[in-house]
Amino acid sequence: MAEVARPGSAFSQPYGRGASGGREPANLADILERVLDRGIVIVGDIRVNLLDIELLTIKLRLLIASVDTARELGIDWWEHDPWLTAKDRDLVEENRRLRHRLAAAEEDWETPRRRSLDRWGERSPEEVKESREYREPRGPRKSRRGDRDG
Amino acid sequence: MAETGTYLYAIAQDLGRPLAAAVVGVAGAPVHTITHEGLVAYVSPVPLDEFGEEPLRRSLEDLDWVGETARAHHRVVEAVSEETPTAPVRLVTVYTGEDQVRDLLRHRHDDFAAVLAHVTGRREWGVKAYAAPAAADSPAEGESVAESGKPGTAYLQRRRASLRNREDVWRRAAEQAEHVHAALAAASVASHRHRPQDPELSGREDPMVLNGAYLVDEDRAEEFVAVVDGLRGQGIDLELTGPWAPYSFTVLDLGTAGLEVLDDT
Repeated sequence: MAEVARPGSAFSQPYGRGASGGREPANLADILERVLDRGIVIVGDIRVNLLDIELLTIKLRLLIASVDTARELGIDWWEHDPWLTAKDRDLVEENRRLRHRLAAAEEDWETPRRRSLDRWGERSPEEVKESREYREPRGPRKSRRGDRDG
Repeated sequence: MAETGTYLYAIAQDLGRPLAAAVVGVAGAPVHTITHEGLVAYVSPVPLDEFGEEPLRRSLEDLDWVGETARAHHRVVEAVSEETPTAPVRLVTVYTGEDQVRDLLRHRHDDFAAVLAHVTGRREWGVKAYAAPAAADSPAEGESVAESGKPGTAYLQRRRASLRNREDVWRRAAEQAEHVHAALAAASVASHRHRPQDPELSGREDPMVLNGAYLVDEDRAEEFVAVVDGLRGQGIDLELTGPWAPYSFTVLDLGTAGLEVLDDT
């Protein structure tokens, strides 16, 4: 939270003018947001394709990753609605967790099955029953799909 | 290829004197001025093998180059804006020569003068608001589905509850952001809401709900900062930056205004 100015400190040390007179660089993302997107837009007679600038703004997230440390990041004002992005992130997270659960369920199902196969021929009736019960995870997996669709 | 172009940083009210300290621009060249009837353009020579049309297209692909250039550009704009009313010009605005910049000042004199009058004696402050982190991720408790023996269903229900909860947090934060923006707009001469920066890249998990810029009279800046501090808490986290050159309040799209000059020659 170093960037949050406190009363007084905002004046003794605003970001661009250290008390010593030295210049501290502002957050690069904040700078880029300003120098690319605001101010006076003129096409000089060295023509920069406006499309190039637009493409550039899309690339800025990469720029940030390559130029500054990750925690200084803070751009992407042009394309992302925070709600939408958050939903995207939730989907990614949900996908990851479901994969994890699926892998765990499959492992649960496989392990005792393998064990019982290894001991084929000397299984107790309980073990036979157990090996059948372990088929059950297949059922819930299907019904879970149903839940999602519904 | 010693050919050079003229890089334009900003247009400002003519100080009638040099800046207090010399400032170095992009490509390491010292910045100088071109004046015309009370206006001044801050420029520096740039090699066209780096800032020419084709090279620029390639340079803009080089993200390190862009970052470095942006910082240099910003450094000049800030140095100028600390001394005189300033209208920053967008990054990589390059002319073939100083005459073209002089023509631009002449042709658009009144536009520039009007923009500069608006920002005279004023600085820009940035305020960002984030949904406060505390409650955003806490799953809803007391949902009595976990014991049903259907872990998948329970999981999904928990997730839905958690999402609902999170949306509530954000909705409240967004409402609070409206309130903050209104209060800050009232404490400033002009205000502008920019698109919120991406949460993944802001370095914060919490979604940004406000990315505001406020044009504040220099002698009321302390008051403005006090208003910001009075608005802290209440479900959102406020981040104050500045003072900046008035980037958000000098927006003027002149398109190819400079080019008609070329057509004459």
